[in-house]
Amino acid sequence: MLWQALSLQLGYNATLVTVGAALLGIAAGVTGTFLFLRRRALVSDAISHATLPGIAIAFLLMVALGGDGRALPGLLAGSAVSAGLGLLLIQWLTRRTSLAEDAAIGAVLSVFFGFGVVLLTVIQTSQLGRQAGLESFLLGATAGMLRQDALLIAMGGALILALVILLRRPMTTVAFDTEYARASGMSVDRIDLAIMGLVLAVTVIGLKIVGLVLIVALLIIPPVTARFWSERAGRVAVIGGVVGGASAYLGAALSAVVPDLPTGPIIVLIAFSAFTLSLLLAPGRGVLAAFARHRSFQTRVHLRQGLLALGQDQPIYEPLTLRLLRRAGLATADGVATQAGRARAARALRDEARWQIARQMAAHEAATTHYDGLTPIEEVLTTDQIAEIDRRLGGPTEALT
Amino acid sequence: MMPLELIARDGHLTASPGAPVPALKISGLTVSYGSKPALFSVSAAMPEASMTAIVGPNGAGKSTLLKAALGIVKPLAGKTEVFGLPMERARGRIAYVPQRASVDWDFPASAMDVVLMGMQKELGLLGRVRRHHREQALGCLARMGMEKFADRQIGQLSGGQQQRVFLARALAQKADLYLLDEPFAGVDAATERAIIEVLKSKRAEGKTVVAVHHDLATVTDYFDHVMIVNLRAIAEGPVETAFTSDALQAAYGGLLATAQIDRLGQVAGQ
Repeated sequence: MLWQALSLQLGYNATLVTVGAALLGIAAGVTGTFLFLRRRALVSDAISHATLPGIAIAFLLMVALGGDGRALPGLLAGSAVSAGLGLLLIQWLTRRTSLAEDAAIGAVLSVFFGFGVVLLTVIQTSQLGRQAGLESFLLGATAGMLRQDALLIAMGGALILALVILLRRPMTTVAFDTEYARASGMSVDRIDLAIMGLVLAVTVIGLKIVGLVLIVALLIIPPVTARFWSERAGRVAVIGGVVGGASAYLGAALSAVVPDLPTGPIIVLIAFSAFTLSLLLAPGRGVLAAFARHRSFQTRVHLRQGLLALGQDQPIYEPLTLRLLRRAGLATADGVATQAGRARAARALRDEARWQIARQMAAHEAATTHYDGLTPIEEVLTTDQIAEIDRRLGGPTEALT
Repeated sequence: MMPLELIARDGHLTASPGAPVPALKISGLTVSYGSKPALFSVSAAMPEASMTAIVGPNGAGKSTLLKAALGIVKPLAGKTEVFGLPMERARGRIAYVPQRASVDWDFPASAMDVVLMGMQKELGLLGRVRRHHREQALGCLARMGMEKFADRQIGQLSGGQQQRVFLARALAQKADLYLLDEPFAGVDAATERAIIEVLKSKRAEGKTVVAVHHDLATVTDYFDHVMIVNLRAIAEGPVETAFTSDALQAAYGGLLATAQIDRLGQVAGQ
């Protein structure tokens, strides 16, 4: 059953919903990357919560006009209007008052959401037409989604994606260096507005599938996950799109098999597992890699210190140093150098001496900024330069090589 | 002390006809953060093909002067002209190098990516980054001795290397006027030499350089023009005439030992 859902064999409607969800996920992951790089991730939480009163008012309006209160385009239009108002309010509060953005976000988020919940409760307790279903906008539901709804979402996702691709360069420049962007004549305000507008669009088309409480997760988790895997903004955006798309696709397929499960939380949990795996396993930025790097660095420092101590016949007090030297066969248990240890110690001492000379030579000023007590001088200077240093150093150092 | 220039409402030009048009002309610039002025009616004119140091104590408004001239910070009053044009119309001829500390270096970008940001106009919105763009960017990096680090993530570069990348981005803009905010702050001596070399060669090409500078000892070596600022423009002109102990005393007051000021003034006077 799940396989059928994943391979899009569960009927035309379910297929459309799954594909629509995947497109939404890609759009959210890619758009979210620029939001994340601009360090405005939390604004999206306020935007999404601010959609609720718009949904409720649009429902009431459509019923009052004698239409179907549940028509998705109308509800989405209403949500976009109230989310836009929330966004403008945050901007106004941040610019015109002494409130910081986080406080403005908190205020707008809670007030709009509270107002929305009141309206929703009023609708649900009254006898207004076919009110059932509005609460599905909170957590998302794909069950009973109409064909044209899925099409609307898929097309919206594709349109957002196209706009993000169009604006990727100015958005990256503004995110990296706002002052520079402004100095080169870019309208930072307009580009920020574009980022927010795209986020708003993702939020609105994601309401039906992911729900307003959790759409923020689909905007933020994919780029944060992607950041573990790349050091280039463009690739972070692509990987973010893949993570978002795959999570939404899997989540929608699962939800088609088990219709009672809310779609939004499932999608978010799948995205979160991708995040956790990346956090642990990513090379470079991952937690395990960082731990391994730290251990290997610590080992190098202790070995070097141990060798320098051996070379100068100093006692070694640090148990870790002694253990490492013993394991490498450089010293015995009581801290006496083995033959290999003596040779390595002499080499370490000579390296240190060469560095001392090099650091006094003006010609090597740039190279000696690499001196950290660990890097062998051979990695920084050429053989000729080292030979020159050895001449200044004097003594029978040649015999040691 | 220069007389305060209060700009008339019509802001008509006072330059005499036939005089050379300065590369950067600032008139009556006043900037304030909140109700505390950071700059008060500051005017200056940097001649073309000159190298100007903007000096002054901490918090004197040096960086603000550049930012306000560029419109990054909105001035309360005053205007900026670049090669005789209103600044907005001459933006394409200006390259700005912000303070290194003003950006997050953990940003996912390589040195090459940053330099390519300086080529936005050539790339356009939809244009792909083509090989000749990459080669051009690589050339700018090479000019700063950074070609080996083109693919390195910028956070893994040293402070001096990061500053070189910023310089390379400015070079990629092919500008006529270079505005730099503390280009030598926190960089190694080799980088400082590399930067000053490139800037001097730019001046030799007829380009104009204006840099906020914090090291009074190198002003006479590096620059031919100086502007001393502390809330107001204290002095401005060729280093030989404007970089005097009196002007420094007026700008720094008790912040700089008198002996030190005298020594610097003498150096300039020679």
